[in-house]
Amino acid sequence: MEQHSGHALVHRDDEASKIGMWLFIFTELLLFGGLFVVYAVYRHLNPVAFHLAAEELDVTVGTINTVILLVSSMTIAMATSSIKLGNKRLTLLLLSITMILAIIFMVNKYFEWGGKISHGIYPNSQTLLDLSQGDVLFFGLYYAMTGLHALHIIVGLVIIAVMFFKVWNGSINNDYNVQLENSGLYWHLVDLIWIFLFPLFYLIT
Amino acid sequence: MEPNYLEYKGKYKGIFAWIFSTDHKRIGLLYLYAVGAFFCVGALLGLLMKLELIAPDKTIMEAQVYNSVFTLHGITMIFLVVIPGLPAVFGNFLLPIMIGAKDVAFPKLNLLSWWVYVFGALLALSSQFMGSGPPDTGWTFYAPYSFQTQSNVLPAVMGAFVLGFSSILTGLNFIVTMHRMRAPGMGWFRMPLFPWTLYATAWIQLLATPIVGITLLMIVAERTLGIGFFDPAKGGDPILYQHLFWIYSHPAVYIMILPAMGAISEILPTFSKKPIFGYKALVFSSLAIALVGYFVWGHHMFTAGMSGTALYAFSFLTFLVAIPSAIKVFNWVSTLYKASIDMQTPFYWATSFIFVFMIGGFSGLVLGALATNVHVHDTAFVVAHFHFIVFGGVGYAFFGAIHYWFPKIWGRMYDVKWANFGWLTFFIGYLALYGPMFYLGLVGMPRRYFDYLPEYHGPNILSSLGAIVMIGGLAIIITNLIISSRRGETAKANPWGGSTLEWTVPSPPPLENFEEIPVVDKNPYEYK
Amino acid sequence: MSQDEHKHVVSYKTYTIILINLLILTAISVAVTEIELGPLTVFMAVFLASVKSALVLIYFMHLKFDNAMYKIMVGLVLVVFVIVMVITFLDYNFR
Repeated sequence: MEQHSGHALVHRDDEASKIGMWLFIFTELLLFGGLFVVYAVYRHLNPVAFHLAAEELDVTVGTINTVILLVSSMTIAMATSSIKLGNKRLTLLLLSITMILAIIFMVNKYFEWGGKISHGIYPNSQTLLDLSQGDVLFFGLYYAMTGLHALHIIVGLVIIAVMFFKVWNGSINNDYNVQLENSGLYWHLVDLIWIFLFPLFYLIT
Repeated sequence: MEPNYLEYKGKYKGIFAWIFSTDHKRIGLLYLYAVGAFFCVGALLGLLMKLELIAPDKTIMEAQVYNSVFTLHGITMIFLVVIPGLPAVFGNFLLPIMIGAKDVAFPKLNLLSWWVYVFGALLALSSQFMGSGPPDTGWTFYAPYSFQTQSNVLPAVMGAFVLGFSSILTGLNFIVTMHRMRAPGMGWFRMPLFPWTLYATAWIQLLATPIVGITLLMIVAERTLGIGFFDPAKGGDPILYQHLFWIYSHPAVYIMILPAMGAISEILPTFSKKPIFGYKALVFSSLAIALVGYFVWGHHMFTAGMSGTALYAFSFLTFLVAIPSAIKVFNWVSTLYKASIDMQTPFYWATSFIFVFMIGGFSGLVLGALATNVHVHDTAFVVAHFHFIVFGGVGYAFFGAIHYWFPKIWGRMYDVKWANFGWLTFFIGYLALYGPMFYLGLVGMPRRYFDYLPEYHGPNILSSLGAIVMIGGLAIIITNLIISSRRGETAKANPWGGSTLEWTVPSPPPLENFEEIPVVDKNPYEYK
Repeated sequence: MSQDEHKHVVSYKTYTIILINLLILTAISVAVTEIELGPLTVFMAVFLASVKSALVLIYFMHLKFDNAMYKIMVGLVLVVFVIVMVITFLDYNFR
């Protein structure tokens, strides 16, 4: 796993990789945490505007995306079980489903953002600036937070694709699978963030 | 016997044998050279500022140049020097050896974080040479000025963001290393104090750095997209920027000072030939500083317009964090009590550290108290205070550490007479430089101006002369170390009689540190 | 090295049950918005989201089956974040 350029140090420690992944997840949580602080403060300062602006977002699309992410979280969790049981075909199937769900999520997001942008609502647009200050902040946060989240979906998608390949060629197997487990943790993190983004933007109306 | 890490020939040659090495010792030295170079740049910029302030009116530079110089001085010293300073240099070199491991948990990641550091540094410095003039915001990038100024803020902000990644990766690596790779028999409470402080530091790096990361990204979004989070014209609140910025940047002070405290806790028992006083108290005070230090950020904003309740809370928490710091000072001094002290260069640095750290700490209480803060806020008093903590803390500990571990790192000994003379010159210059600034601040001289009223002239002359003496001291110290690292006498494995694990291996250490992983059956500071 | 800890395999059934619970909670949180709860709306939404994220952390992310260290770390991080939020609001709530 780790090769010294100077000397070969054969050193495999799955537990260390897992601790490392969790620590990385903490940094991700606090990265979004900063944005949640901003959201909380501006919601507190502009309660009415946030309330009205949230009604502009489509609850149905939000709910569908929530269901998609929850299901994909389950499929990748199942994949970590199936690889340990040595069921390679099922693992590949579950990973494919996860990737397809992630792509559907992004497509939904694309149409949602596209719709908003075609109505002239995007950061610093004249339409948005003509609305109240609360609206400017709400949509600014909407783009910043869901945008950063979407970026994580894309990264997750790439990671899962790599995992798919590694399972396929057998370098991840029922003995060595901590990488898949860590990718699963990352994907759950993405889910976790969305669990909070969904009510804060779509539901609190 | 295995060749030592300096001479080992790997698959790469020349400089590539260093910049592609995953050996924690070589990476530690890579950081040392980079940090050392940036430190010299930062120190010279500081000297330029002091020369400007040697007389009122324009002396050597215009106001706009001065603004750029203090911005670059701040960015360099904070992000490039003191934050990676002790953890990345000595942490990398010593942590694995001190806990009895062959390397850190993720050696490749370790090399990556050095590369990320270099990339971030170049990005930050590129702001000086391209675009519309060097940034003039100060290292804090306060909104709304940071997105209104025409100067080239973007690369500096992005550089700071990238540097944050490097810091996070180092912290992550260290935590996992300490959890998984301690030698058999080394329970948590047999771990030496320097690793302990690195552990506390690493948690701050992990939990605080992402906040500034996202904040800097918001500044980028503000400048490029006009997203409006900190723009009062669009409903944003500039004070929220200050909150977010200091949520990281105050704990960052503890990222700097905790490993410094750890290095002092290693040096003092070795030269006292006596177990450190109150080992567990020192451990828990490190953890307490890390935890409470996370919640005191508001004391940078006492005059910004926060609510009264927040002012009381932050002032209270600030006083609270003084307690574990004081515990450390008491324990260091008690370690010296009735000890058979060996007066060596690292010991001079360590004791002068305690002296300047206490001055910095007490002046911090003046700033932490609401009433006096209003009087001295944004004056030279603040500048004197944080230089006593940051430079007095990290700088003294860094030089103490390098004189302490020098024989281990290079396997050679430095010239003690020159080292002591350099210390004395530096110490005198240092006090003359920053001492008068306390007075100047109290009588009302503001910070960050290239000019001042004539009545402040006298102390400013003393301060500027101090700066020249101090830079002279620095030159002596650095020259002595560079020459000695090539031509010094060969050093023994344990020249000081230290009792921690790094002194049990040869100097310089072999490639994999230990031929056999040691079994630890005693506490870290036991002297025969 | 104790590779055996990793051999703990969570059954597909457990994951399915957790997913069903998560979907029910999502349905509840959407349905709740139809009811006028006044100031409790935000509280209700964040509360339900917290329950959901707890399920994800405990089962999907295996906290239940990991050793205590992970639980302590996650708890610590959440506590730190909550304190940061509270302290920030000591400013904004009393301005």
